[in-house]
Amino acid sequence: MSLELLVTLGVFAPLLGAAIAGFFGRRIGDIPSQAVTTGLLFFSCAVAWTVFSQWTWGDLEPFTVVVSPFINVGDFQSNWSIRIDALSATMLVVVTTVSSLVHLYSWGYMAEDDSKPRFFAYLSLFTFAMLALVTAADFMQLFFGWEGVGLASYLLIGFWFKKSTASAAAIKAFVVNRVGDFGFALGIITVFWMFGTIQFAELFPMIASKAGTGWQFLGYTWSALDLAGVLLFIGAMGKSAQFFLHTWLPDAMEGPTPVSALIHAATMVTAGVYMVCLLSPIYEYAPTASLIIAVTGAVTALFAATVGLMQNDIKRVIAYSTCSQLGYMFFAAGVGAYEASMFHLFTHAFFKALLFLGAGSVIHGMHHEQDMRKMGGLWKLLPVTYAVMMIGTIAITGLGIPGIGGFAGFYSKDSIIESAFAAATSGHSPAGYFAFVVGIFAAGLTSYYSWRLIFMTFHNKPQWTEEAMAHAHDHGHDDHASHARIETHSEPLPDDHAHDDHGHDDHGHHGPLKPHESPWIMLVPLIALSIGAIAAGFVFAPNFIGHHETEFWRGAIFNGPTNHVLHESHDVPLWVKWSPLIVTLTGAFIAFWFYVLKEGLPKRMAANEGPLWSFLYNKWYFDEIYDVIFVKGAKALGDFFWKVGDVKIIDGLGPNGAAWASLKSAARLAKIQSGYVYHYAFVMLIGVAGLLAFAIYAWGA
Amino acid sequence: MSAIPNILSVVTFLPLVGAGLILLARLMARSNEDSIARWVAMITTLVVLAVSTVLVLQFDSTNAAYQFVENYVWFAGAGYHLGVDGVSILFVLLTAFLMPICILASWKSVETRVGDYMIAFLLLETLVIGVFTSLDLFLFYIFFEGTLVPMFIIIGVWGGANRIYAAYKFFLYTLLGSVLMLLAMLWMANEAGTTSIPALKEYAFGPQAQSILWLAFFASFAVKMPMWPVHTWLPDAHVQAPTAGSVILAGILLKLGGYGFILFNVPMFPDASVAYRPLVFTLSVIAIAYTSLVAFRQTDIKKLIAYSSIAHMGFVTMGIFAGNAQGMQGAVFQMLSHGLISSALFLCVGVVYDRMHTREIAFYGGLTNRMPWYAAIFLMFTMANVGLPGTSGFIGEILTLTGVYQASTWAAFVAATGVILSAVYALTLYRNVMFGEITNPALATIKDIDLRELAIFVPLIVGTIWLGVQPDLVLNYTAASVDAVVNGWQLATGG
Repeated sequence: MSLELLVTLGVFAPLLGAAIAGFFGRRIGDIPSQAVTTGLLFFSCAVAWTVFSQWTWGDLEPFTVVVSPFINVGDFQSNWSIRIDALSATMLVVVTTVSSLVHLYSWGYMAEDDSKPRFFAYLSLFTFAMLALVTAADFMQLFFGWEGVGLASYLLIGFWFKKSTASAAAIKAFVVNRVGDFGFALGIITVFWMFGTIQFAELFPMIASKAGTGWQFLGYTWSALDLAGVLLFIGAMGKSAQFFLHTWLPDAMEGPTPVSALIHAATMVTAGVYMVCLLSPIYEYAPTASLIIAVTGAVTALFAATVGLMQNDIKRVIAYSTCSQLGYMFFAAGVGAYEASMFHLFTHAFFKALLFLGAGSVIHGMHHEQDMRKMGGLWKLLPVTYAVMMIGTIAITGLGIPGIGGFAGFYSKDSIIESAFAAATSGHSPAGYFAFVVGIFAAGLTSYYSWRLIFMTFHNKPQWTEEAMAHAHDHGHDDHASHARIETHSEPLPDDHAHDDHGHDDHGHHGPLKPHESPWIMLVPLIALSIGAIAAGFVFAPNFIGHHETEFWRGAIFNGPTNHVLHESHDVPLWVKWSPLIVTLTGAFIAFWFYVLKEGLPKRMAANEGPLWSFLYNKWYFDEIYDVIFVKGAKALGDFFWKVGDVKIIDGLGPNGAAWASLKSAARLAKIQSGYVYHYAFVMLIGVAGLLAFAIYAWGA
Repeated sequence: MSAIPNILSVVTFLPLVGAGLILLARLMARSNEDSIARWVAMITTLVVLAVSTVLVLQFDSTNAAYQFVENYVWFAGAGYHLGVDGVSILFVLLTAFLMPICILASWKSVETRVGDYMIAFLLLETLVIGVFTSLDLFLFYIFFEGTLVPMFIIIGVWGGANRIYAAYKFFLYTLLGSVLMLLAMLWMANEAGTTSIPALKEYAFGPQAQSILWLAFFASFAVKMPMWPVHTWLPDAHVQAPTAGSVILAGILLKLGGYGFILFNVPMFPDASVAYRPLVFTLSVIAIAYTSLVAFRQTDIKKLIAYSSIAHMGFVTMGIFAGNAQGMQGAVFQMLSHGLISSALFLCVGVVYDRMHTREIAFYGGLTNRMPWYAAIFLMFTMANVGLPGTSGFIGEILTLTGVYQASTWAAFVAATGVILSAVYALTLYRNVMFGEITNPALATIKDIDLRELAIFVPLIVGTIWLGVQPDLVLNYTAASVDAVVNGWQLATGG
């Protein structure tokens, strides 16, 4: 079988799975639906690894399979196609690996749910859209995948549609992403009129010709490529939850945890990073746009890390952590180190999916409890989960010894920080120093909140025993602003025979519970991801960012003639190489001091509700501000246009106006109504008659 | 040229034959007259659909000229002149496609005066197809204005409680527009000495004449679309119309306005079309932003969808006057796509209205619990309405935005906010109706869609997805004709 055909089948397999489970899931039953979707996903995964290994160690050349035409109007030409190069091969592996493991994990995690076929159909649909996104050869298919994953995200966040918070979060995710897509669409159109094509292969070679030229937009003349770059980046900001458009991501945690791992950590939210790297030919000639990307990324990395410090919901901590790590990827791309950015995307997928699924295992074991203040001491009861969470935490905090080695995050995160430094010293990016300082500082914060999560969850005194619960009831400061939530499966039907199995769920709310380790079907994916979290760094570092990087990327990422950032990042001073380790250890120690040595101190500090604590705990008040400006604003404007614009002004001057006031009385109106058809027909006939008469008059019979 | 002689006349007047049969059946039949009427209407519309399909398959899409032309001198230089190009032929197909769906949708919900109802629909079909096939001013005017009569009757007889006000508003607006159009037609016939539309397209009107004539036609078509600020009749008309009436209104009758712009304003008054472009763009982007916000605040499902229709028509008017192939192809595509999507959305409202007899959003909530198939279908069309790529709704929006961007980045910028706002109102509606627990006890036993209802939706689902994935099916048909219009326009204005 040719590789082209194999790749095509691999991309479409998840769609087939989604269709089978979606349309026939109820008829064929839960287990067949799960088996079909999961099986097809593992097939895709095998294909992806085949392509990736041939790419990395073989001599595969980039190729594009054209499946069929899509939109063709003049120069606006687009095809359904599958583009294989270094970037898409990397993404294929990331997407299908995490997705197939998440499918498997969901067998256990969703076992109690009563609409499993729907869940698996959505997961597979998401995977298909994501594969379409990463293999796009032009902007239209990219946009299709882009919005397709948004749809899947909407469906999966709102999967438990009975919960009001879930459906609200689903809308928020879709709408905020649409704000990004607003910019993205304008960016695509700008590129189209600038270059007369939306196909990457035609576009990229032409870009240099527009460097330094101007472009008219909204009455101003902008630097052409900077304008296009910024508009496209707005799309990336929405999808990847960057500062200002980040508010949907924490709320997206309303979705089932496997979804958070797949979509809101490992794959979909990295689509923005992927796009920026893919469009490196544009950004390399767009210094202002790159500067904006670097600053936005750095601010997001810092902002999200500060908010992550104070959250009590285990999933929200990891969500802010994701947001922050995406910030790292963006500032890496912004300073010109696209390779480091993609490498962090790659390693992050493994350890972040691991952390989320591990958190899911905790939530599962705690009977849907997500508040870390009600956990503690779980390491003995959930030993495997504890072990994999430790691996994930070591990986994300980038613990490792320069010159010797470490887990996955060590390689990629340090490369980003060193690239920022190199970009600063070589003068390649004006944001270099800022990004570097933020990168170092946020690494410390990352370490603090990550270890805080471990200590609160697995160490300390258990908070779920009977005494602890009673204590909490007496003295507990149960603040209403808490965002910790209970993850509930949809209610079983009254006649559902599985109802007895659900009995223990009730304990979560009002009684002691017995945390338990998760079943093997959940632990196997965790162990598989742990291998990635440990090894993805040292195995692939030479290919992504090391000595073999040019052979690996083979032109998929473009570096301008003055961009030597990645190369120079290998030669930064020793203190730059060691400083991430130092701040990481400091962060870890502070977490240890607060949450283990001085256990209980943070709780008392939180109870004081100091201004800094409130500011961070309430996420810099973004939601509150947006609610006042946008939500209330749109409602007020809508009401105004409707009740004043349409009813008072337009109808008031028009049909209901003074001239017609006399007709408003019911009796008169009824009279008109009874004859209106005839009136109308009469007017029309007179018109036709007039026309005929005139014609006869004009030309003579 | 064609397997069926005078195929355009056949497809235009075939529905009248069905109407005649229903009248005949009423005279002959003693019982089950209603059932006969339904079946006759159904079969007639299906035959029309079959003939239209033959028509489309025999059409040469590489040729921009009018095809299947029938031209007989009628009287005094006016002709019985029919013909179709790549644009109008697709509207004929859309009409023929939606009619059987309307009949099926009315199968159970219409119980009074069934025969009259079916006759009104068949008459409407003849008149609408007539608009799209006629190539003579007289003929066009008769068909164009004639469509209002059966529509009035459909709203007036089978409409809701407040149909008087709705019809009154409709009457006022349309009267204003059609009087102006009639005067403009008289002027044109007088000056050019012909009533043939293809001939008028070749005739060069002076700049002043163009300016005035353009406005007169614009008045009529803008009311039809409807464009802001002459749009307020539409929500009322929709709310009062029966489900199938709304389908025809949104699916086809609104498109007469856009079709008119492409047939008259752009090719006959090219200079005026350039001069008035800012006006059209302004009204269009106001329509998009303003009515989307108004839609967001509606409490009646049908009204919300009606306002959303106005916003979507804003993309059409913008695209037509953008002055390039992307804009006009996008506009035509948007009209066809909206014909499928808005029809489906009104049918979705009909499903719950038939069960509960209310369209208040607040009455509903949590329907997904009881109606999973309905939830899937409604979601699909909600997403299509939002313009999700992969559905036909996306193609029209992106193409019109692309086209408009070349003419005015400001217009494209404001119009693109519609992409955000449509998600706001459409998803909020979906959430309020479908998500959550069922709290209203009246909904506790509501039933999911049955086979008949599924049969209504399946063709629309297939059409929406198919055109979303393979838009070239339509774009290849419209390309030659639209290019001819756009190139002619650019030549005439020296652009």
